[in-house]
Amino acid sequence: MSTKIKINSQIFQDSNNIYYPKDETEVSDLIRELYKQDSPTEIIGNNSKSFIGNKTQSANTTSLSKISGIIDYKPEELYIKVKACTPINEIEQVLSENNQELAFEPIDFGYIKEGKSNKGTIAGYLSCNYAGSRRFKVGSVRDHVLGFKGVNGKGDIIKSGGTVVKNVTGYDLSKLIAGSFGTLVALTEITLKVLPKKDSSKTVIIYPSNFEQIYDFFNKLSSSSSEISGAVFIPEQSKDKDFVTKKNSVFKFNDLKSNVSFIAFRVEGDKISIEEKINNLKKELGLNNSDISTLDVYQSEPFWKKVNNLEVFEKTEHNLIRMVIPPANGSKLCKYLENNHNYFVDWCGSLFWIEVNSKKEEKIKDLKKMAEDFGGYLTVIKTSSEYDFGEAIFTVDKVRLIISEKVKQSFDPKRILNPGKMYRGV
Amino acid sequence: MSEIALPKIDSSILNRKSEIVKKLSKLTNIENVLSETDELRPYETDALSVYTQTPLAVVLPENTEEVSEILKFCHSENIKVVPRGAGTGLSGGALPLQDAILLGLGKFNKILEIDYENKCVVTQPGVTNLGITHAVQHKGFYYAPDPSSQLACSIGGNVAENSGGVHSLKYGTTTNNILGVQMVMMDGTICRFGGKSFDQEGYDLMGLICGSEGLLGVVTEVTVKILRTPEVVRAALIGFPSIKEGGDAASEIISSGIVPAGMEIMDKALIEATDNFSKAGYPRDAELLLIVELDGTESEVNELIKKVEAICKKNNCSSLKLSNSEKERLSFWAGRKAAFPACGAMAPDYYCMDGSIPRGKLAEALLEIKKLSEKYELPVANCFHAGDGNLHPLIMFDGNDKEQLRKTEEFGSEILKTCVRLGGVITGEHGVGIEKRELMCEMFNDNDIQQQLSIKKSLDEKNLLNPGKVYPILRKCAEEGRVHVHKNKDKFPDLPRF
Repeated sequence: MSTKIKINSQIFQDSNNIYYPKDETEVSDLIRELYKQDSPTEIIGNNSKSFIGNKTQSANTTSLSKISGIIDYKPEELYIKVKACTPINEIEQVLSENNQELAFEPIDFGYIKEGKSNKGTIAGYLSCNYAGSRRFKVGSVRDHVLGFKGVNGKGDIIKSGGTVVKNVTGYDLSKLIAGSFGTLVALTEITLKVLPKKDSSKTVIIYPSNFEQIYDFFNKLSSSSSEISGAVFIPEQSKDKDFVTKKNSVFKFNDLKSNVSFIAFRVEGDKISIEEKINNLKKELGLNNSDISTLDVYQSEPFWKKVNNLEVFEKTEHNLIRMVIPPANGSKLCKYLENNHNYFVDWCGSLFWIEVNSKKEEKIKDLKKMAEDFGGYLTVIKTSSEYDFGEAIFTVDKVRLIISEKVKQSFDPKRILNPGKMYRGV
Repeated sequence: MSEIALPKIDSSILNRKSEIVKKLSKLTNIENVLSETDELRPYETDALSVYTQTPLAVVLPENTEEVSEILKFCHSENIKVVPRGAGTGLSGGALPLQDAILLGLGKFNKILEIDYENKCVVTQPGVTNLGITHAVQHKGFYYAPDPSSQLACSIGGNVAENSGGVHSLKYGTTTNNILGVQMVMMDGTICRFGGKSFDQEGYDLMGLICGSEGLLGVVTEVTVKILRTPEVVRAALIGFPSIKEGGDAASEIISSGIVPAGMEIMDKALIEATDNFSKAGYPRDAELLLIVELDGTESEVNELIKKVEAICKKNNCSSLKLSNSEKERLSFWAGRKAAFPACGAMAPDYYCMDGSIPRGKLAEALLEIKKLSEKYELPVANCFHAGDGNLHPLIMFDGNDKEQLRKTEEFGSEILKTCVRLGGVITGEHGVGIEKRELMCEMFNDNDIQQQLSIKKSLDEKNLLNPGKVYPILRKCAEEGRVHVHKNKDKFPDLPRF
């Protein structure tokens, strides 16, 4: 049966009219046919992060969820090659058996969406390129992709990269695919760099007295040769009592003072060097034992999971914003947010998660302006039910938009794949 | 081999030379436009000096606006443009074309801002790689990627080639260490990708530009990330009685969870060559030499060294020496860094190959290369960035002997094909340029290449920017792909090549 007949007879589709191609050839056949028919499709994986981005302007939905499974894992070569929609949980499980991990620390967006874990698939995660707390030390998702295979908007199967770290053969399309929200290719295969897990970790908590001090600590932490692998600021002074209650229940640990703002930083490595680094950092930051609390490995690991799961914003019904700015402007932003929105700061002062309680999009406009003035950008990760998309949820300037349109055109000339998911016209 | 297919020359452009030069002289300071034969000579080649071409003219703009105006003019007049940084590239990426303007970024030589708070440096592209580290090292910072030519290569060139270095397993290559670029497109549009913050939203255009070998735009400003210098750096020099045991030890170091700052392997031929050349004190009885560098805090490094020592002993190492001072650590590297000139001293000519392979395939690759060496009756020495799988076989030959030259070409091509067959790639860090252009189809099929060409077309519709590079002109796999050095006359003989 030809693909055309299959599509017309809906053999590819389930009762919700979703196509489920089973392998790369079927993805290619399907997209080639949709290309001929000028019929765009939404591309989804396990639907865990499909709420991020604009609603696509398409008549079809293609789920790549059946393209799943580990193809080749070589621990000694530090890579894993998987089918694109392999669940992140499955990958992390296999890596963990060899004491390895995805160093970029995937964020679990399931908590903000539905209050429980749903990490989704690696293709979905790569398409968003939102790395977790360890990002400022190890790089983002895009820095851990060695190669991929996928199907472009014409139905051609294409590949880029390989399994080796050093590779400058042709354009580095893996970078371009990261964060492209499925608008360039339907991914079918991904090769990731993996890294050894650290033996242990500890988290040190400091209780700063003002915003200048917070950023002074962040600056000293990121300047130290005693490397840290995570640093967050969790504020207490919010007018929103529910948020404060939530914060205190999420970050409830034996060795953490409750009802106060705090900075937490993580040190990883073997046990001896952890102690050495903490001692060095205490000296560099001018801290006494009485100024700090320390979370041992049993508290440290769940602590960072809660940070990465965005648990303080669990099931939020408001607009949730992810803003990234150069850290030097962080204290100014903190001061502004203090009186306006619930938030916390990750990546040693650079990444802000902000909950905008107001239904008015005006507030988001203000924040976007601020992000741009500070040399950064913001994305509305989750929109409230009343968001009317009058304010674009991504930040893009005119020139970049034109270039993005050209790049889109080169992969997907008829705009078959996820049209409008990022920007109108892309 | 010095003949290579280049894009068809547009004689109408050649005929308009004086008019074009005149116009260019209005777009920048008149002294910045070179058009006399003598003035053009230094620009005839980059570090792949076997190929030479005289450009139509050389223009050395002083700021981004001038670059934009020049490109806009060339775009409207259909004049090809070849961008050039410091000219240290090993794959001919900056080889001029007779009917093209050579756009040199040499005057973009200033560091614009050092921002310790945001841990970055904003620099013009003509600043050298090492120049960035020199500007921040007094405060205990450095720029991580360290290509062997770092003394002379420019950061703009590093972006174009996505340059690596010996520390790229732990610290990544250029693409992992830059935060933003300002770039001018062929039609003169000035754009900015990224800035001082991480992970620009939307398409990662900075990631696309990095490693695009000057085909998509001309970089006029780069923002690089700087890192804190590690507290302690120590190296171990370890000899092994066989290739297999040394290769296994290197693999085991990685699989045990250690991420060394650098890890290098040299085979017996190279141990002897470098030891004769630089008197580095290497164990000459060893079949394979491993240099492992570890960095971090003091106790971290000591702990890692203990682990490395145990792994090497388990794999029957024949000697093991640890550096106890910075001087000793540098002496361990001295021989390795002299690898290329040492080979140059052993034969009239050598070719340097640049393939990447999976680390675990090292023994297989070396044995295959040994067999090929016997087949072609040409000596070869091998060095290998064992941390990241980048292999540099050096084939020694006499270029005056036509038959040897032909055999060397075949030999080199077979090595790169072997790399691909073992799961690797044809270039790890030197770039494709014109050198490995025809080997692209060893790695990519028509669809893959068409997709890349269609990106090129979308951003440079008239194919005016650095045409003839990276992608095969004739779409056939020729027997090419290496660096040729005659009588040790590297274009940059003082640069250590590793």
